[in-house]
Amino acid sequence: MNRIEGRVKVTGLATYAAEYPVEGLVHAFPVQSQIAKGRIRQVDAAQALAMPGVLAVLSSEDPPELAAAASGELALFQSREVAYRGQLVAAVVADTLDNARAAAAAVRVGYDPDDHDVSLRADHPGLYKPDTVNPGLPTDTEKGDVEAGLAAAATVVEVTYATPVLHNNPMEPHAAIACWDDEGRLLVYDTAQGTTWSRDILARVLGLPADRVRVVSRHVGGGFGSKGTPRPQAVLAALAARAVGRPVKAVLTRQQMFDVTGYRTPTIQRLRLGADAEGRLTALEHVAYEQSSTLEEFAEQTATPTRIMYATPALRTAHRLVRLDVATPSWMRAPGEAPGMYALESAMDELAYAAGMDPIELRVVNEPDTEPHSGLPYSSRDLVGCLREGARRFEWERRDPAPGVRRDGEWLVGTGVAASTYPARRRPSRARAVRREDGDYLVQVAAADIGTGARTALTTIAAGALGVDPDQVHVELGDSDLPAAPVAGGSMGTASWGSAVVRACEELKSDGREGVADTTEEIEGDAQFARHAFGAQFAEVRVSSVTGEVRVSRLLGVFAAGHIIDPQLARSQFIGGMTMGMGMALMEETLTDEEFGGFLRRDLAQYHVPACADVRDVEAVWLDERDVELNPMGSKGIGEIGIVGTAAAIGNAVFHATGHRLRELPITPAKILMSRF
Amino acid sequence: MKTFDYARADSAAEAVRDHAPGTMYLGGGTNLVDLMRLGVAEPDRLVDVSRLPLDRIEQAGDRVRIGATVRNSDLAADPGIRARYPMLARAVLTGASGQVRNVATVAGNLLQRTRCAYFQDVTRPCNKRRPGSGCPAIAGDHTNLAIMGASEACVATHPSDMAVALTALGAEVHVTGTGGDRVIPMPGLHRLPGDEPERDTVLEPGELIVAVELPPPPPGAMVYRKVRERASFAFALVSIAAALDVGADGTVAGCRIALGGLAHVPWRAERAEQALLGGPATGEAFLRAAEAELEQASPLPRNAYKVPLTRNLIVSTLEGLAS
Amino acid sequence: MEITLQVNGKARTVDVDPRISLLDLLRERLGLIGAKKGCDHGQCGACTVLLDGRRALSCLALAVAVEGRAVTTVEGLASGDDLHPLQAAFIEHDAFQCGYCTPGQLCSAAGMLDEPGPSAVTEDLRTDPGLTPDEIRERMSGNLCRCGAYVNIVSAISEVAR
Ligand SMILES: Cc1cc2nc3c(=O)[nH]c(=O)nc-3n(C[C@H](O)[C@H](O)[C@H](O)COP(=O)(O)OP(=O)(O)OC[C@H]3O[C@@H](n4cnc5c(N)ncnc54)[C@H](O)[C@@H]3O)c2cc1C
Ligand code: SF4
Ligand code: FES
Ligand code: FES
Repeated sequence: MNRIEGRVKVTGLATYAAEYPVEGLVHAFPVQSQIAKGRIRQVDAAQALAMPGVLAVLSSEDPPELAAAASGELALFQSREVAYRGQLVAAVVADTLDNARAAAAAVRVGYDPDDHDVSLRADHPGLYKPDTVNPGLPTDTEKGDVEAGLAAAATVVEVTYATPVLHNNPMEPHAAIACWDDEGRLLVYDTAQGTTWSRDILARVLGLPADRVRVVSRHVGGGFGSKGTPRPQAVLAALAARAVGRPVKAVLTRQQMFDVTGYRTPTIQRLRLGADAEGRLTALEHVAYEQSSTLEEFAEQTATPTRIMYATPALRTAHRLVRLDVATPSWMRAPGEAPGMYALESAMDELAYAAGMDPIELRVVNEPDTEPHSGLPYSSRDLVGCLREGARRFEWERRDPAPGVRRDGEWLVGTGVAASTYPARRRPSRARAVRREDGDYLVQVAAADIGTGARTALTTIAAGALGVDPDQVHVELGDSDLPAAPVAGGSMGTASWGSAVVRACEELKSDGREGVADTTEEIEGDAQFARHAFGAQFAEVRVSSVTGEVRVSRLLGVFAAGHIIDPQLARSQFIGGMTMGMGMALMEETLTDEEFGGFLRRDLAQYHVPACADVRDVEAVWLDERDVELNPMGSKGIGEIGIVGTAAAIGNAVFHATGHRLRELPITPAKILMSRF
Repeated sequence: MKTFDYARADSAAEAVRDHAPGTMYLGGGTNLVDLMRLGVAEPDRLVDVSRLPLDRIEQAGDRVRIGATVRNSDLAADPGIRARYPMLARAVLTGASGQVRNVATVAGNLLQRTRCAYFQDVTRPCNKRRPGSGCPAIAGDHTNLAIMGASEACVATHPSDMAVALTALGAEVHVTGTGGDRVIPMPGLHRLPGDEPERDTVLEPGELIVAVELPPPPPGAMVYRKVRERASFAFALVSIAAALDVGADGTVAGCRIALGGLAHVPWRAERAEQALLGGPATGEAFLRAAEAELEQASPLPRNAYKVPLTRNLIVSTLEGLAS
Repeated sequence: MEITLQVNGKARTVDVDPRISLLDLLRERLGLIGAKKGCDHGQCGACTVLLDGRRALSCLALAVAVEGRAVTTVEGLASGDDLHPLQAAFIEHDAFQCGYCTPGQLCSAAGMLDEPGPSAVTEDLRTDPGLTPDEIRERMSGNLCRCGAYVNIVSAISEVAR
């Protein structure tokens, strides 16, 4: 089935958050901090207020009222303390965008700056052990004796990998339109990956009961995690609208998105691996160093995939965090897994070379029977199947493992493999299904379609559960007035909403008219299993011996992700994730400005994401898995696993091509040239 | 963006007459509007020259005259340019995107400003934007900036691809101003930063580019090659425009090399050219020539890679042309 | 300033601030939300429209500077209920996910199909190469898609280019 909203999307009629036609709308434009740490002395808005069209200036001079519960990145203009460069310190409201923006440039902010510290280092004195890492996982785990395992190993690999600050950069900038009605109810059109959560948080920040706030996000132009929670523009629009008594639109610029909508923390990751003569791991240790802001603790679960991947008698994982004068990191597609598996799977490749083994066979001999750190059985796990299928398609058996020996003119050619994994979870959701008067079916759930094809997938799921033609099913989503649902994130959307939709449809079938479902209890009753999707990524790269340019001539992902609900949507999701993984491997990097704080390269001409010309032969396939321990559909999430392992496969291929192991992403011509010459 | 007046000129003379302090010419606007939105450019008045009748490519004797408002895409699609000046067509085609090239003018392309991140951010210091405020790029991010001809005041690079090919071809820029008409040879339009990095070119205020003239193409084969980590829609890390004429005796009879991404100007590699003329067209000679050129390099920590990159690029490009 | 331009075949006369971009004019004043703002600096292609039939970025065009020109937005690609072949192919090939880059991709592709001459990847610049996948990839590189729908975009355009 083609995407249900396909027609409105290709005709330009799909309405995204900034695009609702609202009568009397005015515009808010933020003023950002120009210091990384210190206090705001004063905000002088006189000149701005005198400019054409200006209606109001909001700032900490006269803090707009927010609930006491408001904190962190959303507590706009409440404090004079500056936590990072780029933080919103004021905003102008004016009749047009051009007037608001011009006036924002005229707001004078005086500061008392303090010395800032914006650099992540593995020896930073401020490193500490957070209580948990996202999403509530243990910070450290330890099983067996790593030192003894390393001492007994025939081969040892000790390596440090680093990944830079990465930005989600959905194509649609974060935007909100806020409208207050006469009764003090708030309607926000927001760029939200989940309207229920967004509504709850906005209500809490604004000190309103949740039923007085409504969030609508019918179409979302990508989020990749950055729209998982409300961002400052939603609070800004609400405050500005309250201040001027008119609906307000606040759209962040691309540059502002880099500053205030979250990013993937940079990481430094130390790995130690030991293996016996047969390649079986004797010890595995993975320690991740990451950053968060002084405003909020965000502890990414970088080393957690190492807990579930390979059999080993000694396994230690740890996370250390340092709070810097930077913006708060946030979720970005496969938070934790993407950087963590980059490091682990690169180190596994190093181990394979050190041990003289084929990298696929190394992974196969270390296949665990149960989840290594917990001992839980897997609900299903077919990493080996993925590796074997990929090897067949990639003609792996014809590969000469010797690095740096294949040439095509100036181009060095190499191939690499890496495993991928992502948890298969679901969260409680509600849904409602009714038989309409015309005989068709209406399915309601406050899900979000951020490009995953949720409308389409839920239609398929509902039609299956009802035993009717998909044409007869109409799914409504993207509105917090619909039955409460979790965010589109953590690859949990379809599994969570779908479970509720199936239950609602089942009830409708027996009731005849209506079915409502809440899966809270069902999920609480889920049996104890280790639930994960797995995959294998294969890359072929060409590296210019003249310029150091790397081109990916082929990428193949093979995934075992439960039952695939919609092959067309799934293929697009996998390939989309792999494409982002290619960006992570070769070009994506935001620089931290040590001198002034904040970020550099804050636009799409400097922060490169893959362009059409970079994406040549990219294919994704899957093995059919039947797993009854997941959810009524038997599905695992597919939104994130595609990015996991891609960077490692490409990095491993670059090593195979050139003989140089580059342990810092991205792998740029500069790094290749400097390692070669 | 600051408010400004807008006027459209119907002739070059009118445009020049319309120019006053605070006035800027508007070509396709793909760089100027970008910089105005960033607050980097703050003209009081725009004189739109994009519809001037200067949009023709004409053969004038053995020279080719390219009007200043010829769109980049029309230049690259012109059969004569493609056949006789392929390095120019290729250079233009590697720049920006189809959408930008459809609008960008020849004059605007030559006068586009550096992509240095600090220059583009009005909240940070930058000598080029605010003379005397400092150059944070030297201690900060200069990954894509200059290794040749830079000064302590500025290490910016000129980002144009087209200008690199025009420099190799020895094009002439025809300008008109209140002081009359003049012809500026390339290299020569752009200037090194010295202690006046705010000045990108030798143009006087109000001078309008009306055309670019190409001399007959140099004999021998010619190419343009651009290096970038993203396969398309990215500025050059380094680029090269080169032409090589190898005589029947196997020695270099003629040679042109210009380099992009290295300096505040499209860099004509005169030392390398000199080193090659009359000598053998061999890989060894190419390497010596590249090294002679790069003796002038003074790289910074983050852009030191440009030295081996440029060396390799010169050698491999000349080898390709020689064979 | 008062300007008149042709938008999707209709003359529109509007009084504009000289600062307003064609993109903001379309989106904020004329109710045409098809052209998207992804970066406002020419770096993403989401705002691509056809100007006198040629693809151009509406974010870097001042509205006053396009006075008198014919603008076609994604809303103007279809004829009545009949989708433009590119629109139909995009749906069939699943050439988008979030859909935010899609109007720009479509206008860009529509303009690209009519563009003469070689591209940066054309081996022999004297020839007019056919629209092979490599040629399409290069020519469409001014339109970023963060969802990573490129593989399907290229197959959709290939089908129409054939
Ligand atoms: C995302 C992006 C990527 C790009 N990538 C590349 C790239 O890879 N390679 C590359 O070479 N370029 C690249 N460019 C730059 C692009 O080529 C230039 O923006 C364009 O060529 C400028 O032409 P324009 O006519 O639009 O100039 P405008 O923006 O109109 O003007 C630029 C300058 O020239 C002045 N000017 C214009 N016409 C005249 C005239 N006749 N006489 C005197 N002064 C005049 C203006 O006052 C202004 O100062 C990129 C641009 C963007 C936005
Ligand atoms: S290199 Fe030049 S343009 Fe960049 S910050 Fe320094 S002075 Fe400014
Ligand atoms: S919005 Fe115009 S190119 Fe991005
Ligand atoms: S479909 Fe989402 S950016 Fe292209």
